[in-house]
Amino acid sequence: MRFRHLLTGVALGFATLAATGAKAVEIEYWQYVFDTRVKAMNQLIAKFEEANPDIKVKQTTFPYADYQTKVAAAILAGQGPDVVQLFYGWTDSFIAGKMIQPLRAEAFPAAEIERDFFPIVSAMKRGNDYYGLPTAVRSLALFYNKKAFKDAGLDPNKPPQNLEELVAAAEKTTKRDGSGNIVSAGITLDMTGQDHQWWREVLIRQFGGAPYTDNDTKVTYNDDAGLKALTFYTDLQTKHKVGQVGFMDEGQAAFRAGLAAMTIDGTFRLGSFGTIKAFEWGVTELPANAQGVRSNYASYFANAITSKASGEKLAAAEKFLKYVSSPEAMKIWLEVVGELPARRTAALTPENVAHPIYGPFLKGLEYAHTTLFKDEAAQRQVAIDMVNRVLIGGEDPKTSLAKAAEAEQAILDRAKQ
Amino acid sequence: MSAVTHRETASGGLWSRMSLGQKQVIWAWAFLAIPLVFYVVIRFWPTFQAFYLSVTDWTLTKPASFVGLENYRRLFQDPLFWQVFRNTFMYLILGTPISLLLSFVVAYYLDRVRFMHSFIRALYFLPFLTTAAAMAWVWRWFYQPVPIGVINDILASFGIPQQPFLRSTTQALPAVLAPAVWAGLGFQIIIFLAGLRAIPVTYYEAARIDGLSEGAILRKITIPLLKPTLVFLVVFSSIGFLRIFDQVYNINTNDPGGPLNSTKPLVLMIYQTAFSSYEMGYAAAQTVVLFLILLVISLVQLRLMRDR
Repeated sequence: MRFRHLLTGVALGFATLAATGAKAVEIEYWQYVFDTRVKAMNQLIAKFEEANPDIKVKQTTFPYADYQTKVAAAILAGQGPDVVQLFYGWTDSFIAGKMIQPLRAEAFPAAEIERDFFPIVSAMKRGNDYYGLPTAVRSLALFYNKKAFKDAGLDPNKPPQNLEELVAAAEKTTKRDGSGNIVSAGITLDMTGQDHQWWREVLIRQFGGAPYTDNDTKVTYNDDAGLKALTFYTDLQTKHKVGQVGFMDEGQAAFRAGLAAMTIDGTFRLGSFGTIKAFEWGVTELPANAQGVRSNYASYFANAITSKASGEKLAAAEKFLKYVSSPEAMKIWLEVVGELPARRTAALTPENVAHPIYGPFLKGLEYAHTTLFKDEAAQRQVAIDMVNRVLIGGEDPKTSLAKAAEAEQAILDRAKQ
Repeated sequence: MSAVTHRETASGGLWSRMSLGQKQVIWAWAFLAIPLVFYVVIRFWPTFQAFYLSVTDWTLTKPASFVGLENYRRLFQDPLFWQVFRNTFMYLILGTPISLLLSFVVAYYLDRVRFMHSFIRALYFLPFLTTAAAMAWVWRWFYQPVPIGVINDILASFGIPQQPFLRSTTQALPAVLAPAVWAGLGFQIIIFLAGLRAIPVTYYEAARIDGLSEGAILRKITIPLLKPTLVFLVVFSSIGFLRIFDQVYNINTNDPGGPLNSTKPLVLMIYQTAFSSYEMGYAAAQTVVLFLILLVISLVQLRLMRDR
């Protein structure tokens, strides 16, 4: 019996050898479909395979909407990828589900990671272990329409540098019709876009508070700073009347159409805004507060090794992960996708820092914060509803803020169980 | 060889003793069994699984463990659930009568139109063929504030203040419902037309000879004889409105069911719990509640409108 097993094994071994020609390890890489990301990854895989002829990498992609479900289902069924791309905010649930394994310290020493990468990479660290590494990171900046600035008598090369100047520039660039309806906004107000990140990690800190404590498991914005941050935001619509939630459906649509002079958005919007032909736009750092304090929100997709990889596949996966988080890979990623390198040395080249578009985003990375979301969609919804209660329901900002803090704390508490 | 022949005669014995009719029945069942088994596997099995999941705390990544009725307790204490429950019934209570009344009126008059009858009918049916997602996006832009919203542009040109529509907690639900009603109209009109055509002309002739007014004909003949059609449409459209999802989701993708959950139906809440928060157990409990609501409403409607 045992002999027969041995025989089958040998036969199978020969068959595989014959089929592949050489003894190559094949590993699978999964990410979601986004044209430029897939293209960049194909280039990286080609380069990697050239340098490592004994490893084959197969890339599989899924639409973003199904991505997380499919990854979870596949890995839990013992199928799926060896190296997987995940949003940093999913790390906890992927670890809880035993879907990804910690990076071996021998292969990826923590000291080196902390020396070379931007500090936001710590969102992938649990205890002493790193669970993944990003190739590229994204941050926020203020986009502004140079034509609208010029038309309003503002210097198109001097975008607002603090919140006071931001409000002043917005007031000058807002256009209204006879009945007072906004026909062109000074600044977009879109909590469903990036404004909730701006409020959470930037405005609250600029008004002297902190959104969370205890590794982002305790909500601490229900205080004076949180209230000032919320009021500053809602005042843009109610008091200064320089923007309107829902104007042109989405903030980015309003800016694209040239009907908003300013919008806060991320690096991922560069591709879309890059096709604007009707006007010239510029980018500047998110405005500082009166004391010059700046903040930013950064996020990223990291690559991690799944719990499925072991033996020679694990070794191959480690090699591949090392390559996709190498300075060379980051350079390709910046050129093809337009996302910023996650390593300081690759990012902060004199050429990049002086770049009129990448520069402001890169400066933001140095002081950026990364929220450790437990359920990003639900936590974002809390912020959306908080602003809506004030702007639509006419609720007192203080009450609305308290409700939001309570609702978000409930989400965080439930995730802890 | 001999063994094979032997087996054939043995089984052939039972088979050959059957009558042709019995054989036909067996064959029929054999063919019917395939779709039946398929249906059981893809429909009933997951349904029973949902009942089981609703008493667990499965979250996709964590293995499921039994939690009893905890999910139901949480659901009934969740103010969001009750809001969503109210919304779902608002869709039903507004949607079903309005759409049935509109489609009946259109069908009633369209039935009398000879000129370009098929063309007009096709026009009414067209929205039914359109993808709900595409339609919701078009209406989403209709409802925008000035300068791009068509409806508000028209209001503004008459000097009427612009309306918030989708950005209002009171106007949003009717605004979402309008395209849903409009989209379903074509189908209901066709069914009503078929129902109207099925009423024998002789009844109308007799009534006219007896000198009945048009109103009396409508009340005494047309509507009573349309009852089976009406029952079908009431049940069908009620289930449709209770399960409304794609219209709501697409008309406000950035804040689905918003603002402030004022348009969120139960199905959307289930979707978000399951595929955004990944709380599968909790979502399964919501599904069971939706199932019970659908069941009760359908049974009540069938009973109320049954022919006595």
